[in-house]
Amino acid sequence: MEKVEKMKQKNFRSNLITYAIVILAFAIMEAWKASGNLSSLLSGLLVPICVYVVLAISLNLVVGISGELSLGHAGFMCVGAFSSAFFSKCTEEVITFMPLRFFLAILIGAAVAAIFGLLIGIPVLRLRGDYLAIVTLAFGEIIKNVINIFYIGLDENGFHVSTQDQFSLNMEADGQIILGGPQGITSITKCSTFLVGVILILISLFIVLNLINSRDGRSIMAIRDNRIAAESIGINVTKYKLMAFTVSAALAGAAGALYSHNLSTLQASKFNFNTSILALVFVVLGGIGNMRGSIIAAVILTVLPEMLRFLSDYRMLIYAIVLIVMMLVNWSPKALEMRERLMSRFFHKSAKEGE
Amino acid sequence: MSAMLEVKNLGISFGGLRAVNALDLTVEKGALYGLIGPNGAGKTTVFNLLTGVYKPSEGTVLLDGESIVGKSTAEICRCGIARTFQNIRLFKDLPVLDNVKAALQNEYKYSLFSSIFHTPKYRKVEKEMDEKALELLKVFDLDGVADYKASNLPYGRQRKLEIARALATDPKLLLLDEPAAGMNPNETKELMDTIHFVRDHFGVTILLIEHDMKLVSGICEELTVLNFGEVLSQGKTATVLRDPQVITAYLGE
Repeated sequence: MEKVEKMKQKNFRSNLITYAIVILAFAIMEAWKASGNLSSLLSGLLVPICVYVVLAISLNLVVGISGELSLGHAGFMCVGAFSSAFFSKCTEEVITFMPLRFFLAILIGAAVAAIFGLLIGIPVLRLRGDYLAIVTLAFGEIIKNVINIFYIGLDENGFHVSTQDQFSLNMEADGQIILGGPQGITSITKCSTFLVGVILILISLFIVLNLINSRDGRSIMAIRDNRIAAESIGINVTKYKLMAFTVSAALAGAAGALYSHNLSTLQASKFNFNTSILALVFVVLGGIGNMRGSIIAAVILTVLPEMLRFLSDYRMLIYAIVLIVMMLVNWSPKALEMRERLMSRFFHKSAKEGE
Repeated sequence: MSAMLEVKNLGISFGGLRAVNALDLTVEKGALYGLIGPNGAGKTTVFNLLTGVYKPSEGTVLLDGESIVGKSTAEICRCGIARTFQNIRLFKDLPVLDNVKAALQNEYKYSLFSSIFHTPKYRKVEKEMDEKALELLKVFDLDGVADYKASNLPYGRQRKLEIARALATDPKLLLLDEPAAGMNPNETKELMDTIHFVRDHFGVTILLIEHDMKLVSGICEELTVLNFGEVLSQGKTATVLRDPQVITAYLGE
C-alpha cells in the first residue's frame, strides 16, 4: 500500500508541475505585456499558441493514450471553429453579454465536434493502424470542402441554405449572409483573449490528466498496450476507443472555437492537412503520451517560425533543422541516457531518501 | 449438477485446414484438466474458440450450463472465462498494479463524469480497487513490485502477473496456455504449487495447455490429448499417459 501511495503521489506531483508551468508561463507573459515591452508580433501569437497547445493535448489523447494515429484533427478543429462562429453570428443580437455568448460558443464548438468525432469514430475505429490514419486524413479534407460549398443566410424568414452561390439564397433585402462558401464566415466579433486561452488549456489538461488516472483511462491504455489481452479481461474495446476519440474531438473543437473568435474572417482552407500534421509534430516531438512535452513543443514550434521571420527565405530551413535537433536531443538513446544521468545526479539525494 | 465446461462436437476450419474437429470435452467443477498434444495439434485454437477469439464452424460450448457460442471475447470474460497467453500479453507500459486494476474494471465501476472530476465516488472505488489488486498481487508475491512497469519484470514474474490479472476478473474457469513455458525446473515446481493454491483458494476450475510432462502428470487430474485437431485420447491422467497411441504420437517411446 505504501508503494501505491508513493506511485500516486509521484503522479500527482507530476500533474501539478504541468499545471504550474502553464500558470507560470501565463503570469510571465502577462507581466511582460504589462511592462509594455512585449512586441506586437508576440502578443499577436498568444492566442494561436493557446489554440495549438489545446490541439496538441487533444491529439495526444488519441495518439499517445489510445495509440491510434489520427491525421485529420484539423477537421475537428474546423467543425468546432465554424459551428461556434456560426452560433456567435446568429446570436449576436440575442445574447448581448459577450463572455456568456463566447462561453456558449466554445461549448457548442466542442459539442458539435464531439458529435462528429462519435459519428466518424463508429465506423472508423473498426480499422487499425494505417487504415485509420488514411480515413481520418480523408475526413479532414472532406469537412474542409463540404464547408467550402455551403452558403447560409439568415433573414426574417429564418435560414436559407444553398450550395450554388449567395444569390440563390433568395433572401429578403435585410438578410445577412452568415456562411459565404469559400469566403467563410466574415466579421466575427473578436472574443478570444490570452486569459480565455490559458483557462481552456487548463481545462483540457484537467480533463485529459484526470481521465488517464481513472478506470476509463486505464482501459484505454490497456487496449493500446495489448488489444487482445484487453478483450480477454472483458474490456469493451470499441466503447473505450470511441470515448478517447470523442473526448479528443471535443477538445479539438474547443480549440477551433478559440481560433475562430480570434480572427475576423474564418475560412475553411486554413484547416488543411498541414495543420493536422503540425499537431502531430507537436505530439511526436513533445513525447507520445506526454502532455507536458507536447505543450512545450507546441509553444516552441508556434513561436519559432514567427521569430525567424527576419531570416526570410532561410526561415523554414532553420525551422526544419531545429525540428531535427529537437528530435535527436529528445529521443536518441544516447541523449536519453545522458539526460537520465544528469537527472539522477540532480535528484540523487532525494532518490536515496526514497529507498 | 452440470459440469463447468461442456464442449460438444466443436470444430473450426481455416480455409481447407481443419484445425479442430469434433471435439468433445467435459470439465467438472473444481477440476484441474490438461490439454496436451504435439505442436500444431490445435490446442491454442481450442482456447481461442472457447474465449470467442474465433467463432466455431460448428458445435456447442456450455459454461456452467449457459451457452457462450457467438458471444464476443469481452462478453465471454464477463460470463466467467479468463485466460493467459502462450506468448505473454501484458499491458507492458502500465504499472504492475494497473495491469490488475484494468481487469477489475468489470466489477468496480463509476461513471465517466466521476473519472474526469475525480468525485468522492471515484476516490472510494479506486481505494477498493487498490486494496483488491494488492491482495491479488500478494498471492503471487508481486506486491513489492506493484509500481514497476510490467515490461520491466523478469519473465517468470510476468507469467505470474498474467495469472493474477486473469483472476482479477473473478472467473469460474481459468484457461492457462503453457504456463510453464520458459521456466526452469525449480520455477516449474513453484508454479505447480501456485496452480494448486489458485484452484483451492479462488475456487476456480482450471483447464491448461502444457508441454512439460512433469507438470502435467503432477497436477492434472484428467487429460485430453489432441493430434491434428482430433481427440486422440481422453480420461484420467495416468491412463491416458499409458495409452500406446499417445505414446507414439506425442510422448515417444
